[in-house]
Amino acid sequence: MSTATATEARTYPAYSRNLAARLLLNREAAVIVGLVAVYLYAMGNVPFFDGPLTIFNLSKEYAPILLMALPMTLIIITGEIDLSVASTLGASAAITGVLVVEHDLSLPLAALVAILVGALLGALNGFFVAYVGLPSLAVTIGSLALYRGLAEGLIQDKRISGFPEGWQDWPTERIGTSQYPNILIPIAVLVVLFALLLHFTSFGRGVFEIGLSDEAAHFSGVNVARTKLVLFTLSGAVAAFAGVYVALKSNSVATDTGNGFELKVIAGVLLGGVSIFGGRGALHGVVAGVLLIAVLNSALQLDGQGSEVIQIIIGLLLVGSVIASNFLPRIRALIPRRAAASTTAPQTPATGDETRKVSQ
Amino acid sequence: MTTATGTEGRTAPTLELRSVAKSFGAVAALRSGTLEVAPGSIHALVGENGAGKSTLVKIVAGVHRRDSGVFRLLGEDVDFGSTADSKSAGVAVIYQEPTLFPDLSVAENIFMGRHPLGRGRRIDRTRMYDESNALFARLGVTIDPRRVANGLSIADQQLIEIAKAISLDAKLLVMDEPTAALSGNEVARLFAVARSLRDEGRALVFISHRFDEVFDLCDTVTVMRDGAYVSTHLVAETTEAEIVSRMVGREVAELFPKTPAAIGDVVLDIQGLGSTGEFHDISFQVRAGEIVGLAGLVGAGRSEIARAVFGVDGYDEGRVTLHGKAVPKKQPRAAIRAGMAFVPEDRRQQGLVIEGSVARNIASVIRGGLAKGGLLTAAAENKASAPWASRLQVKTSALDMRAATMSGGNQQKVVIAKWLATDPKLLIIDEPTRGIDVGTKAEVHRLLSDLAGQGLAILMISSELPEVLGMADRVLVVCEGRLTADIAREDATPENVMAAATRSAPTAPPTKEPVS
Repeated sequence: MSTATATEARTYPAYSRNLAARLLLNREAAVIVGLVAVYLYAMGNVPFFDGPLTIFNLSKEYAPILLMALPMTLIIITGEIDLSVASTLGASAAITGVLVVEHDLSLPLAALVAILVGALLGALNGFFVAYVGLPSLAVTIGSLALYRGLAEGLIQDKRISGFPEGWQDWPTERIGTSQYPNILIPIAVLVVLFALLLHFTSFGRGVFEIGLSDEAAHFSGVNVARTKLVLFTLSGAVAAFAGVYVALKSNSVATDTGNGFELKVIAGVLLGGVSIFGGRGALHGVVAGVLLIAVLNSALQLDGQGSEVIQIIIGLLLVGSVIASNFLPRIRALIPRRAAASTTAPQTPATGDETRKVSQ
Repeated sequence: MTTATGTEGRTAPTLELRSVAKSFGAVAALRSGTLEVAPGSIHALVGENGAGKSTLVKIVAGVHRRDSGVFRLLGEDVDFGSTADSKSAGVAVIYQEPTLFPDLSVAENIFMGRHPLGRGRRIDRTRMYDESNALFARLGVTIDPRRVANGLSIADQQLIEIAKAISLDAKLLVMDEPTAALSGNEVARLFAVARSLRDEGRALVFISHRFDEVFDLCDTVTVMRDGAYVSTHLVAETTEAEIVSRMVGREVAELFPKTPAAIGDVVLDIQGLGSTGEFHDISFQVRAGEIVGLAGLVGAGRSEIARAVFGVDGYDEGRVTLHGKAVPKKQPRAAIRAGMAFVPEDRRQQGLVIEGSVARNIASVIRGGLAKGGLLTAAAENKASAPWASRLQVKTSALDMRAATMSGGNQQKVVIAKWLATDPKLLIIDEPTRGIDVGTKAEVHRLLSDLAGQGLAILMISSELPEVLGMADRVLVVCEGRLTADIAREDATPENVMAAATRSAPTAPPTKEPVS
């Protein structure tokens, strides 16, 4: 096997920094620290924040956002975006409502139909992005309107309510005697599944590679188009699942169900450290990002702030986090790395100037 | 400028470059460029890929600033800091593929930035169109100045660039491979225009790989090699053979130590491969232990053939078989599974995920097999990639360093490591040593030779003639999308490879039928 005639075997350390630096000097850690800080501050200073209903309401409210943020994370890491998730959620809620309330279908069956339709709507986005080669921003702005129109066509200007008792209450019942609603169980399962998919599979490595350079990924045998199709399909399916949940939680479906959720989802993903240019991000950061928005929102509300103040603060946080992420590499560069083991003469530098900023 | 001809007396040359040098970092792109172009003449500039022609042109155009040497225009010392400087001094450069604004009209493209103004500083369109028509009339062509540039043929786009140059009263026109994308009629029209410009007393520099064109059009020819001036000849007093020998002049160095290896069974078999507009009727075989060199000029279609074989691009006809099994088209994954590996031309865009770590890059093709129960860990990737990094002597402080922080030579080693890790049967390697330092270059050559010795079939594309002649057991020459020669190692000389690579008649029969 070895061709080396007289070359000594080299060994390489796996990492150029120590464990602490790797764990702490990244966006995800910053968001988690921010989340813990805001939570602890609110517990001590905001009236009623430590009450039993806070976490419960917050979980109920932000469950659909967190759900949709999971596939959105993967999509944004590939450098694409899906703006149609909230409309898919609305369409799915409408389908569930019409099938259950007006056609007396059992809820699990109706939910299954809604999720399949959601997957199909997502696959349609994916087809145009991956196989036709259109920009996802344009495709999903179109389907944002299209899928919302689908929901409106299904339920017109009615408000559907009257879901069967047992199912209606399930998602918002508490797990045992805890203060957490049942919906957190499927969320926890999906968080783990998406984290494994993104960080511990060959497919997930491909997702990052596509975001960093889809051409290089293609040349290494990654099926770029299929990967994108799968991600958009997953996004549609998860948004549809969130739609079923929203319908049951509020026991009502209208044409504006979930309106504007897509921006909250994307805000959470970006706050969680995912680069809008693709190629970097981590799922635990996104979970923390969505929770940070949720906790901040809830704390400010309980503190008696108006919605305009809340909007401004969350907006500033998002802009600030994007700016801060530009400084993080410079801070990191101040921390010395392991010295290069090379003793040979300097080699031809890599072409391209942007690559030389990082100190050896 | 009153002298219309350069034949009588000594007038100041329009362009004079003496011992001009330019380096990029440690790489000397131009060591000693010398070129003297007389007014009222067409001067050909020829040389292999990498001879320094483009760098020289870019210095004249003001894209690069020279490090040293004399640069005179119309007898005066000049030093251009930008392309605007060179334009205002009377230099116009027409590139192989002009860069017009596609959505603007032809006239707007000609007068970009200096539109004729009418009353109230409004653009005087009528005058603009009239002047454009007058320019085209002078060139003897008809192009509607009102139509948008988008959709014009490359030939017409070049004429628009030339019209623009004349309207700026350019004294020196440099045409960088203008005929590469033109048809026979278009070439004839371009030459007629070039001759009329010469007769007006302008100086033209014509860069081309086609000797018949050089001999047809030009008065003088300057040969460059390895970033330096070689010689200047009057076209009337030289021959094609003399020019070729000046171009390739150097000795084939002992740098390339391909050791003889036992040639085994056919590994790759390509039959009648064709892709419209790229290449036609390509048939050849690569055997175990054999290095087949694919030589030719840049743009001849060599990389396109490699990309089609590996499946990153499709093809229209023909078939690819590996070890007797058909390889489906346009599926890199399938080609990899069949045992192909492909080190592409563009390391930074195609070969590597440049922002990715060393370990992830090396493991990127084999990682599917590293997963246990579908789950892949960074530890598994590190463990699998470290031995390959070691075998290729990759210089990095740790496996998580980004590839972008490494030198070109080390990056290339990472790409090769990534493919050797797949245990391939066939390695396609496009420009194996482009942009890497001499020491690493020798390492790569030794490695390729060793790999062939172990029975790997290698298809090597290279624009460096010494590399091809030193490494390849067999040299296939591609010219304008066709195989024009199949030369055994012992028969290959710089002259016969170069002759096959510059053969301009696309229908010329191969010197030897490809083995089949």
